Amino acid sequence: MMKNENLVHYIYGIADNALILGQRLSELCGHGPSLETDIALTNMALDLLGQTRSYYQYAAALLGDGKTEDDIAYLRIERQYKNVLLVEQPNKHFGYVIARQFFYDVFHLLLLQELQNSKDETLSAIAKKGIKEVSYHQRFSSDWIKRLGDGTEESRKKVQEAIDDLWKFTDELFHMTEDDKLVFEAQIGVDVTALKQTYYQRVKEILDEATLSIPEIKWFQKGGKQGIHSEHMGYLLADLQYMQRAYPNMKW
Amino acid sequence: MTIELENDIDPKLFPILEQVSDPEIPVLSIMDMGVVRFAKMIDAVAQIKITPTYSGCPAMDVIGEDIIEAFAKENIEAKVSLVLSPAWTTDWITPNGRKSLEEYGIAAPLEENADKEALLGNKKIVKCTNCGSVQTKLVSQFGSTACKALFQCEDCLEPFDYFKCLK
Repeated sequence: MMKNENLVHYIYGIADNALILGQRLSELCGHGPSLETDIALTNMALDLLGQTRSYYQYAAALLGDGKTEDDIAYLRIERQYKNVLLVEQPNKHFGYVIARQFFYDVFHLLLLQELQNSKDETLSAIAKKGIKEVSYHQRFSSDWIKRLGDGTEESRKKVQEAIDDLWKFTDELFHMTEDDKLVFEAQIGVDVTALKQTYYQRVKEILDEATLSIPEIKWFQKGGKQGIHSEHMGYLLADLQYMQRAYPNMKW
Repeated sequence: MTIELENDIDPKLFPILEQVSDPEIPVLSIMDMGVVRFAKMIDAVAQIKITPTYSGCPAMDVIGEDIIEAFAKENIEAKVSLVLSPAWTTDWITPNGRKSLEEYGIAAPLEENADKEALLGNKKIVKCTNCGSVQTKLVSQFGSTACKALFQCEDCLEPFDYFKCLK
């Protein structure tokens, strides 16, 4: 039987992906390769952080112990974040940012399209709202994958390297934790294993169009969903949490 | 955060709500924008529910404060809360709102299919708000805010925002 705690953890799983990817994109504010891409990436960060707030507000209400969305975002320790490893990977270069975004967007849209049928009204509402935004994200990242892949020799080389490097993180998107299973059985959560085939099919279509190839990798890395993160996560959190840790309860 | 099925607005509160505008598009009142979902006097308090255009829309906090202030001027206490469902769509922008947008220099959203064609660059159909030409091109899918895309007119060369269709 699903308990309140399982649902909260399930919500963290989805929301932490949005928070951490949103944080990575926010780091690019003022550092994008061109004004248009800079604005696009930060707009996407804003969408993701907006979605995160809706999820955390709901999780805080479920916890009912006086904790707020800010406590959840700023005051957990690394092991308590349940995001996948993919989204915490650093902004090495624009092609890398786009490849990471693309791998996540395709999954994100599939997930929300299922989550909108959730028996939980709040999660369904957040998903429906998110679908509209994430459709634009997917269009943006897919277009850039094609543009870079089918672009210059240099852009192609860089984006192919990024795809080769990030590919090992894609499988984790389709892992089910114990919480995920219980919440799915309660008809609230999504069975992500069922999305896998469509995901790789869509990814392949775009990569084919971009004249990029799929790496032959048989080994995939996982851990984020269990709270075991890559070495990049600590630095990201230090940046994210600094103000609340140094000046507890400070407000803008 | 709750879920509300239909919008339910007491017409007597219209004049006050119409004074509040979107801080990022000052020519557009929140009524024309279609973000007010519920407005009623309950036990002498104006209960107002608004819905965000985009999840992370930073204008929502300001709109909430502006509503409270507009009611305070009439010596009415107001409470504002946020609803997420049904999700806002550009269909809720009123005809008057569309007109205001165009006059302000923002091209109003096309219907869904036309919007896709325009944003994919397949068809030239977004009208320049400066000279009316349809010889326009997409510069960026994201403009100055998440709800807009950036276009440029190839005839008069003026860059302008296009309000993206959200369904």
